[in-house]
Amino acid sequence: MLQVNDLHVTVDGKEILKGLTLTIHAGEVHAIMGPNGAGKSTLSAVIAGKDGYEVTQGSVTFEGQDVLEMEIEERAQAGLLLGFQYPVEIPGVKNIYLLKAALNAQRVARGEAEMPAPEFMKLVKEKLGFMKMDASFLQRAVNEGFSGGEKKRNEILQMLVLQPKLAMLDEIDSGLDIDAMKVVADGVNSLRAEDRAILLVTHYQRLLDYIVPDKVHVLVDGRIVKSGDAELAKELEANGYEGIEESAA
Amino acid sequence: MSDTQTFLDTLTARSQQRGAEPTWIAARRQAGAARFEAMGFPTRRDEEWKYTDVRTIAQGNFALAENADFSQAQAAALTLPLDAYRLTFVDGVFSAALSDLEALPSSVQVMPLSKALVDNHEAVGGPLGRLTGVDFSPFAALNTAFMEEGAVVRIAPGTVVEKPILLQFLSRAGTPVMCHPRILVEAAGRSEATLIEHYIGEADAANFTNVVAELMLDRGTILNHYKLQEAPLGDLHVASIHVEQSRDSRYSSYNLNLGGALVRNDLISDLNGQGAETNFYGLFFGQGRQHVDNHTKVNHNAPLTFSNENYKGILDDRAHGVFNGKVYVKRDSQKIEGFQSNQNLLLSDRAHIDAKPELEIYADDVKCSHGTTTGQLDEDAIYALRTRGIDKATARGLLTLAFAGEVLEQVALDVIAERVELAVAGRLPERFNLAGLVETAAALND
Repeated sequence: MLQVNDLHVTVDGKEILKGLTLTIHAGEVHAIMGPNGAGKSTLSAVIAGKDGYEVTQGSVTFEGQDVLEMEIEERAQAGLLLGFQYPVEIPGVKNIYLLKAALNAQRVARGEAEMPAPEFMKLVKEKLGFMKMDASFLQRAVNEGFSGGEKKRNEILQMLVLQPKLAMLDEIDSGLDIDAMKVVADGVNSLRAEDRAILLVTHYQRLLDYIVPDKVHVLVDGRIVKSGDAELAKELEANGYEGIEESAA
Repeated sequence: MSDTQTFLDTLTARSQQRGAEPTWIAARRQAGAARFEAMGFPTRRDEEWKYTDVRTIAQGNFALAENADFSQAQAAALTLPLDAYRLTFVDGVFSAALSDLEALPSSVQVMPLSKALVDNHEAVGGPLGRLTGVDFSPFAALNTAFMEEGAVVRIAPGTVVEKPILLQFLSRAGTPVMCHPRILVEAAGRSEATLIEHYIGEADAANFTNVVAELMLDRGTILNHYKLQEAPLGDLHVASIHVEQSRDSRYSSYNLNLGGALVRNDLISDLNGQGAETNFYGLFFGQGRQHVDNHTKVNHNAPLTFSNENYKGILDDRAHGVFNGKVYVKRDSQKIEGFQSNQNLLLSDRAHIDAKPELEIYADDVKCSHGTTTGQLDEDAIYALRTRGIDKATARGLLTLAFAGEVLEQVALDVIAERVELAVAGRLPERFNLAGLVETAAALND
């Protein structure tokens, strides 16, 4: 599904990713872990298309398409969706507008008709219920005045409505108390499917107690230095990143 | 023949047609004509008109409408879907058939000016022109010279008028005409009402409306005043609104401008008694070559008076906006608060705004602030929306709607807030068009 090959990325002239290679197949949940500054957020930002990241070498393909040649919105329409670590506040834009515009954009890109309003409302209300969010929330501006936990729930709500093929979740656990973490994890787990993949980027192992990954990768200094299964995350929790860094060096 | 003369000739012809009038009305008319003749139309050399060229009005040839013929079906399509006491004017001419004052309580008088000038002219003569004299501007003088129709609203002390009072001005397509409506509101102590002026018409109309409104708020009065200007895009529209506020009164203006080729609003509040409060909310949206000029002035003539102003402009294509907001604090009017904000959003490189906030303070114990910003849309927000699959144009549309929303959220009448939101969404170019979205969100509330 997603193929990242020898990816080199610089930000402000400084090389952050130094030859990252990663393959994700449909049906899999991957976790990328690593110390601060290793380049974890850079990877998802580059795949989503954020400005300011220069790809100097390597490639990213998604279902055979060259991701780096696609417009930001085309990536999302194709099913690549990024959940932000720090969701942007968009004053005045109601959540309901964002959800409807985003869903319709995706459908139109696939050559489908826009979803009729009643069907859309039914879908949204069901997903809201799942995320334990109140309907009044739809009339509130996107993330404006939301608590940290509400922002993260909102990111997952968007995923549930938009049903991406590959959901990339950047530090989705940061700033969450345990109850909010469970709701968020339930949301993410409900996305698990044969034809979908999930990429979790996280600093802490805690999240992986709730969302058990199929594969865990350790990212250090711009490269994946070790890959394994869920057990690897537990090792990291016990021993920290330093042992890995030494063994990789 | 000068521009002024064309208008004076029309006036003379009308006077001959009209016949005898009470002396004071004829004298007022004459004073208006004389003042207009002396001043002439303003030019851009006049400081108050520096950014607004009125030659399209001055050089126009406007007749006066002879009737108010307009079908119920046509009117229904344009009327706000509101349960209101309604007076309708077609090209300035009162239409009894399209008006509805059923169940108007006896503590409230709402009548066309033409009727008031006949039945009750002595009572009208005093207040009329007290706030907006013929010296205010050439347009006010012209209005006084031509005045024959409009609305008189009188509210008895302590009356809460449950339904809004809607003054509806419809503009017809055809030979260009002009009208000079005059609105007089006298709200007695502790009364409360909502007044709506609604300007709308047939798409191809190209008429000139020159309205003067005088609103007198006695002690403890609350008046919510909506001016929803959705005039046809060929219409020319000049409005002078003057508000007089006594002690503890509260006036809120919602000045919403979407239509018209050339629009000029003058809005002035005189805060004459302590505890008086005025709120000016404004939104203007210009496209094509629309020109929208808002001049506002708050006069803090008494201590302990409060004003709050928030005007937002959205300009696309080659539209030109003007915002001039003055806050004046009279000598020794202490403990006043005056806040003013003006923000403008330019959607095109060729759109243009002239924004000028002014403070004039002659007291030392005051809290005043003002600010104006003009900018483009927030790039981070556009990026965030695009990562959800929303294309750039739609993202821009959503953010534009959000910008307007900051004023519209102050609008207590949902029918008006939703209508303006829909108009902003629906008039955005092609893929900015978010009318479907707004409708869905509105349906959610039902």
